[in-house]
Amino acid sequence: MNRIIMLPILLPLCTAVIMIFFRRSIALHRILNTVSTALMLGASLLMLGSVRSDGILSLQVGGWEAPFGITLVADMLSSIMVVATAFIGFTTALYSLGAIDRKREHYFYYPLLQFLLMGINGAFLTGDIFNLYVWFEVMLISSFVLLVLGGRPQQLEGAIKYVTLNLLSSSIFLAAVGILYGTAGTLNMADLAQRIPLLDHQGLLSVVAVLFMITFGVKAAIFPLFFWLPASYHTPPIAIAAIFGGLLTKVGVYAIMRFFTTIFHGQDASFIHQALLIASAFTMVVGVLGAVAQYDMRKLLSFHIISQIGYMIFALAIQSPLAIAGALFYIIHNIVAKTNLFYLSGLIRRIKGSWDLREIGGIYRFYPMLGVLFLVPALGLAGIPPLSGFWAKFVVVKAGIDSEHYLLVGIALCVSMLTLFSMIKIWNEAFWKDDPRGEGGVEGEEYLRTPSVKKAIIVLPIVMLGCLTVAFGLWFEPFFELADRTACELLDRGAYIDAVMGERS
Amino acid sequence: MYSIILATASRYLLLLLLMFSVFLLFRGHNEPGGGFVGGLVAAAAYALYFIANGIEAARTIVRFDPLRIIAVGLLMAITSTLPSLVAGERFMTAVWFDTGIPLIGKVGTPLLFDLGVYFLVLGITLTIIFSLAEEDRS
Repeated sequence: MNRIIMLPILLPLCTAVIMIFFRRSIALHRILNTVSTALMLGASLLMLGSVRSDGILSLQVGGWEAPFGITLVADMLSSIMVVATAFIGFTTALYSLGAIDRKREHYFYYPLLQFLLMGINGAFLTGDIFNLYVWFEVMLISSFVLLVLGGRPQQLEGAIKYVTLNLLSSSIFLAAVGILYGTAGTLNMADLAQRIPLLDHQGLLSVVAVLFMITFGVKAAIFPLFFWLPASYHTPPIAIAAIFGGLLTKVGVYAIMRFFTTIFHGQDASFIHQALLIASAFTMVVGVLGAVAQYDMRKLLSFHIISQIGYMIFALAIQSPLAIAGALFYIIHNIVAKTNLFYLSGLIRRIKGSWDLREIGGIYRFYPMLGVLFLVPALGLAGIPPLSGFWAKFVVVKAGIDSEHYLLVGIALCVSMLTLFSMIKIWNEAFWKDDPRGEGGVEGEEYLRTPSVKKAIIVLPIVMLGCLTVAFGLWFEPFFELADRTACELLDRGAYIDAVMGERS
Repeated sequence: MYSIILATASRYLLLLLLMFSVFLLFRGHNEPGGGFVGGLVAAAAYALYFIANGIEAARTIVRFDPLRIIAVGLLMAITSTLPSLVAGERFMTAVWFDTGIPLIGKVGTPLLFDLGVYFLVLGITLTIIFSLAEEDRS
């Protein structure tokens, strides 16, 4: 059964290779891309089911035993993240069918998307820190290319900031990996979890922990390391921006979650948790203030990513089982809602022909159902019951009150208000007010030219993600139970270490 | 700039360097060398030919689209993982044939993987060289 761990990595790789072989046949690319992501979703659900019933799966690649070879591990956390990746990959595949232009498709858009998904899945599934670095690079290089695909000056400007800061963080990552290996003599996560408390150089380990925090802080866009995100995420086409905004930063959050529960823990990590708490407060506030000030939909949503990351980091820093479960639920809820909002902003732009909220309006009059589709993720993000965001915030806030972080809870609630405000701003400007260009409804030429099949394909992922946001809210219990089990598993660590170090083939 | 000495030499050097790259590839398993270095040397051979004879001549002599070479390399690397699954071993475990082949030595899936790396590196380097050459011309 444990061979299934390879599937989320191998599927996109094989698909991408076949696509490169038949590079001229775009129709084949589209079909393969959709089918492959659908299969990945199926495989990842199967994996989650297996992990849930039979415990953690591990695979020693090439038959090299645990501390020496590369281990792939699928525990609850990894499996859930892979399911989320596959789902977003699938919706992006659908959305791309309708929204990506011919020229990008010819320049390897679909193979790159597959490589990106492979990198993300690999990062979630690996049990080795150097291997994690490699998967980060696979993911980043694909994202670099996807970001500049099209080659408009604006894209290149955004890409320079994105590439520079991410390369810088990668080199810090590499340095930290080197120091850690020099100190502990292993890079296997489970092995490290056992060895770190016994090592002599605890001071040096704190330095390494801070270096890792900085690296993943850049990837996750935590204050004060977030500059690259709002500078670059609004430049690529919306399908790419959606998968970046939905997934890429969460890989950073996942890494922080993995490192500061499984590997670094105990009294040594309390300093890190203090730092994370302070950073999370600033991340929430700065992100949402940035969002409130924006009129470009994509920039507004980009700043929101940062603000939401703050909540996840806040919950992670508390470190109680409830808080970790809350953080995980928050990540999943946010991936779904945020990706959906990006899709919707793309659709609004298609209909009205502009990203600028001041220039558009009156959508509600002509497309009332689109208004409903928008309100679901928007209010979900803001945390209105019964949608998913309410439960996510409720659990995080409850964990905060339990651990007596009253100030931070206060900040989190105020930021929620501002989130609601900025979502209502999009609603007011784009949907409610009359179109400032008069005539009640000027439609973008792009939209008028779009055939109705394509329109349906663009709306389909939005509906799917919207349903999921509602489902998370209405059937909160089973989802939270999964998150709760994951949190217990993460904090216990014993099962993880056993699955990797204890021989099982 | 066309140099008749370099152009003539590059024709023979191409063959020599390609042979050397294959030597490096086979030597690689236990000694310095391997698919990556071999692929780079092979690409350097074509790069030399391109410098001496121009981009058109180099494209003709490579014959295949470099992108296709990349795809072939990746496919070989993926294929090398299949025998481990068929043999019921853990994923990517090396599978060796019992009998060796003279000159090459023992044959197994790691060789196929290395061959994949060889073509991948060759393809990528050629893509970069050709793209830069086109850029220069336009």
